[in-house]
Amino acid sequence: MREQLTAIRATATDALNQADTLAALEELRIQYLGKKGELTAVMKGMGKLSAEERPIIGQLANEVRAEIEGALEEKKAALETAAADAKILSETIDVTMPGRRSTKGKKHPLTTVLDDLKDIFIGMGFTIAEGPEVELDYYNFEALNIPKDHPARDTQDTFYIDENVVLRSQTSPVQVRVMEQQKPPIRIIAPGRVYRSDAVDATHSPVFHQIEGLVVDKGITMADLKGTLEVFVKKLYGENTRMRFRPHHFPFTEPSAEVDISCFNCGGEGCRICKGEGWIEILGCGMVHPKVLSGCGIDPEEYSGFAFGIGLERTTMFRYGIDDLRLYFENDIRFLEQF
Amino acid sequence: MKLPLSWLKDYMNTDGIDDATYAYEMTMSGSIVEGIENSAKEIKNVVVGKILKIDRHPDADKLVVCQVDVGEDAPIQIVTGAPNVFEGAVLPIAKHKSNLPGGIKITKGKLRGVESYGMMCSTDELGISDERATGVLILPEETPVGANIVDVLGLDESVAEFEITSNRPDCMSIIGLARESAATFNREFAIPAVTVQENNESVTDYASVEIQNPELCSRFVGRVVKNVKIAPSPEWMQRRLKACGIRAINNIVDITNYIMLEYGQPMHAYDLEHVEGGKIIVRNAKEGEMLETLDDQPRVLSSSMIAISDEKRAIGVAGVMGGANSEVSEATTLVMFEAATFHPVAVRRGAKALGMRTEASALFEKGLDAENCLNAINRACQLICELGAGEVVGGVIDLYPGKKEQRVLPFEPEKMNRFLGLSISEEEMINILERLEFTVKDGKAYVPTFRADVEGMADVAEEVARIYGYNKIPTTMMQGGVTVGGKTPKQKLEDLLRNVLTDCGLFESMTYSFIDPKENDMVLIPKEDSRRNMVVISNPLGEENSVMRTDMLSSILKVLRTNYNRRNTEAGIFEIGAIYLPEGETLPRETQCVAMGMYGMGDFYDLKGKLEQMLETIGITSYGFAPCSENPSFHPGRCASLLVGGKAIGVFGQVHPKVSANFKIGTDVYAALIDFEALLAGYTTDRTFKQLPKFPAMSRDIAVLLDASIPVGEIERIIKKQNSNILESYKLFDVYQGEQVESGKKSVAYALSFRAEDRTLTDEEVNAVMDKILADLKAELQAELR
Repeated sequence: MREQLTAIRATATDALNQADTLAALEELRIQYLGKKGELTAVMKGMGKLSAEERPIIGQLANEVRAEIEGALEEKKAALETAAADAKILSETIDVTMPGRRSTKGKKHPLTTVLDDLKDIFIGMGFTIAEGPEVELDYYNFEALNIPKDHPARDTQDTFYIDENVVLRSQTSPVQVRVMEQQKPPIRIIAPGRVYRSDAVDATHSPVFHQIEGLVVDKGITMADLKGTLEVFVKKLYGENTRMRFRPHHFPFTEPSAEVDISCFNCGGEGCRICKGEGWIEILGCGMVHPKVLSGCGIDPEEYSGFAFGIGLERTTMFRYGIDDLRLYFENDIRFLEQF
Repeated sequence: MKLPLSWLKDYMNTDGIDDATYAYEMTMSGSIVEGIENSAKEIKNVVVGKILKIDRHPDADKLVVCQVDVGEDAPIQIVTGAPNVFEGAVLPIAKHKSNLPGGIKITKGKLRGVESYGMMCSTDELGISDERATGVLILPEETPVGANIVDVLGLDESVAEFEITSNRPDCMSIIGLARESAATFNREFAIPAVTVQENNESVTDYASVEIQNPELCSRFVGRVVKNVKIAPSPEWMQRRLKACGIRAINNIVDITNYIMLEYGQPMHAYDLEHVEGGKIIVRNAKEGEMLETLDDQPRVLSSSMIAISDEKRAIGVAGVMGGANSEVSEATTLVMFEAATFHPVAVRRGAKALGMRTEASALFEKGLDAENCLNAINRACQLICELGAGEVVGGVIDLYPGKKEQRVLPFEPEKMNRFLGLSISEEEMINILERLEFTVKDGKAYVPTFRADVEGMADVAEEVARIYGYNKIPTTMMQGGVTVGGKTPKQKLEDLLRNVLTDCGLFESMTYSFIDPKENDMVLIPKEDSRRNMVVISNPLGEENSVMRTDMLSSILKVLRTNYNRRNTEAGIFEIGAIYLPEGETLPRETQCVAMGMYGMGDFYDLKGKLEQMLETIGITSYGFAPCSENPSFHPGRCASLLVGGKAIGVFGQVHPKVSANFKIGTDVYAALIDFEALLAGYTTDRTFKQLPKFPAMSRDIAVLLDASIPVGEIERIIKKQNSNILESYKLFDVYQGEQVESGKKSVAYALSFRAEDRTLTDEEVNAVMDKILADLKAELQAELR
């Protein structure tokens, strides 16, 4: 019997070493340890042994069993690891193939830039005001110190509905509407569509967008106007952007200025975008004209304010390098998906 | 406005100011220089030459071969077709490798087989004249051969082009710009004294003036010149006129134009012998009065215009153009000069009505300084004397009904500093204002008469600030009252809608708010529909942009058409756009529409899903849909109304094939039009937390067979109607029609989920609800369990 056990130990160890699948391993388990297995058969024959031999052989049998069981486990673990490794290896994919995307649209580039602008001014305590696009001549012109027959009306080719109603040629009428309804302190921006009878080309559109800004309070100075616009310019175009004010004329502000920034493309060296000048005009502004204030029932002796107007199309062109205004209104998907 | 920089030297010292510095500093003090041009910079290698010998060209009748001395060792050969060349002629020669204005390059070449080493130049080729010359420019015999033509002709002239804003008519003149220049560079400014040598006769013996309506004419100054000798004006005057873009005509006309440039005061010269009775009357034109103007056009005047007339007839439209009947001609010997100021609005309206904006009218309509008239006319008479163009008759006719007091404003340095955020000394402010010809004394600022735009403290502050330098103003942050920034619910909803609709795969579009009225027909809007009542633009760019839209569908379809035409295989867009609804008030009601459109991106249910997603994102959870077969823009069997609170707030579905065909889109198009205001009414960000379930759900699937014509909405109505508090959700997962089911029937399958908050459900509880549902389906819809 001892020889039998030794033989089983030898053949089992050998067979286990040879086994290379989990199925083969299971077969071996049954062959040796199963109810009808070889080792089981040997152990069943133990009853025939003498009382002296029984514990010795019993111990040996247990040792052999434990050994086979241990080897089985060990082999099983090894085979399982190998199988898992092989599976993982077989799962290799081509990571250079294109990713799958969820279909998403995009906001219009004008909206995206306007959103940035709104955030900047909301951060400075501004709210967003609105006004009608089909507007009274009074608000679009007269209340802004541009009476009928004023030469400044020539510079804005206005669409008229009738003698007293126009398509607003600027967002400035919102200033007046706000000042009529709200007491200072006032801090608003008023983005919106404006209309001028310009034939369509790469730099003109009969419909475009402005962002009007208005601040009215006690003690507002032209230095505050510069400070506010500087914050805006640096946030939108970068901390290193320089800004300069050039005197200009708008009927509803006095003093008035146009604002240039150092070219964001060349940093002021002169390039194609700034036409070699190093500066780019971005907005018009000024101190609210006393006549406009008093026309809205605000005492210019007590209050002062500033206003500015930014062209959204132009700002967006600079932001993305867009070179043709018409693209905004054609809405070709291949254009819209770029931003 | 053009300014030849050399002209500035008449009034100020410009030493040491180069062109670039001039342009920059002037722009930064408020006179915008758009550019400085110097045509001499374009001329290179053009010299004075003398023709030594002329031979016939062997192969061309119209060409000659010249040997020309250009001051070099040997003469050069030039072939020319100029008709006015002769041996001994001195003329400009563009040599081999020379440049002429307009980017023209001259190199040697062969003309009909004969070598030519340059070109003889005419005035237009040198950029001196805009008119095509008939021959080359012949120079005086004594002109030094070989000299640079730029020096010989004095062509090295820088001309600055200014953009003058409408508030500064005083800067529409050389003197005005010189004043600004001197103030900007802090240099002395002086207008040379004007002296007129006049005879001892009296102007009143020759002419008289009457202003019938003083409203129209604040001042009229006249002087008479006799023994006029019409001749070309001198070269220096012609050159200055040309540099400013004005063509020389003759000495008298040129003087009037020269004064308009120099003083910014338009002038007119009448042939006094053709002024009936020697009398000039300023009056309202008569309605229908006829006048042939200087440009030989017959004009019909109206009563809003100002006529200049003699005793019998109109002889000019004041401020716009003179009449042909009193025009200065070659035969003229007696001239009357006019320097006047007319009512700006009357001039503006007259010029507009006649369709003739002249340089004079452009000046008058901005409002000119009446004080300038006398100086201007005397300067004109001084030039008459200098040019020997005639004899100035003694005395001046000066009618001045509109004389104004000089404007006096309080001088408030502290207030100005506070307003500007500056701290400039009072002395510095006074210095700046005096440079601009203001007078400051006893706390008052006396505004010069030519500065009608300066009306109050803010205007004076601007004068100080712009000369001091805008860029020296510091940057500060606003003090004062606290304001809280933010967006209104409406603005937040717009943002949210843009987010959810882009998440749904749609791109945001921006379209014109005006459309072509024909588009109403293209989208099949019925004739009597209120949307045909539109705001009409009275001066549109064209019919295609002439009415304000009352509906967004055509805007959306135009975008899809563009994309379709450009072969984009799919396109899905949305726009939150305004529509303009006339409702009887002066201004229309402007309201917004959320419009969507797509092709190549699925069908009705894809669009419907986007709507559902949109509604749920903005907090509208209770909504419904009803078939809509009456909207003519949409496919009658594939269109639905969106219902919120039982009210239709929008329509969507497949665009009627006739409509998509009208827009030449050859595929199915889906669109939705939703009222923004209604969405805003339902918009909420309120959400209440619900406990996560503690007990398991039980699910049941049912499949029923029913008439194919019954909408699944009916099944859902019956499921919902049970009002079961254990029914957690239901979901359609299959609709089948075909071989496996009887013809005319469909099989519809739902997954239902049941759950109670407080216990694990039993089969019995769930079965009771299921049985009830099945019984109702059978009773109401004759639906059989499959």
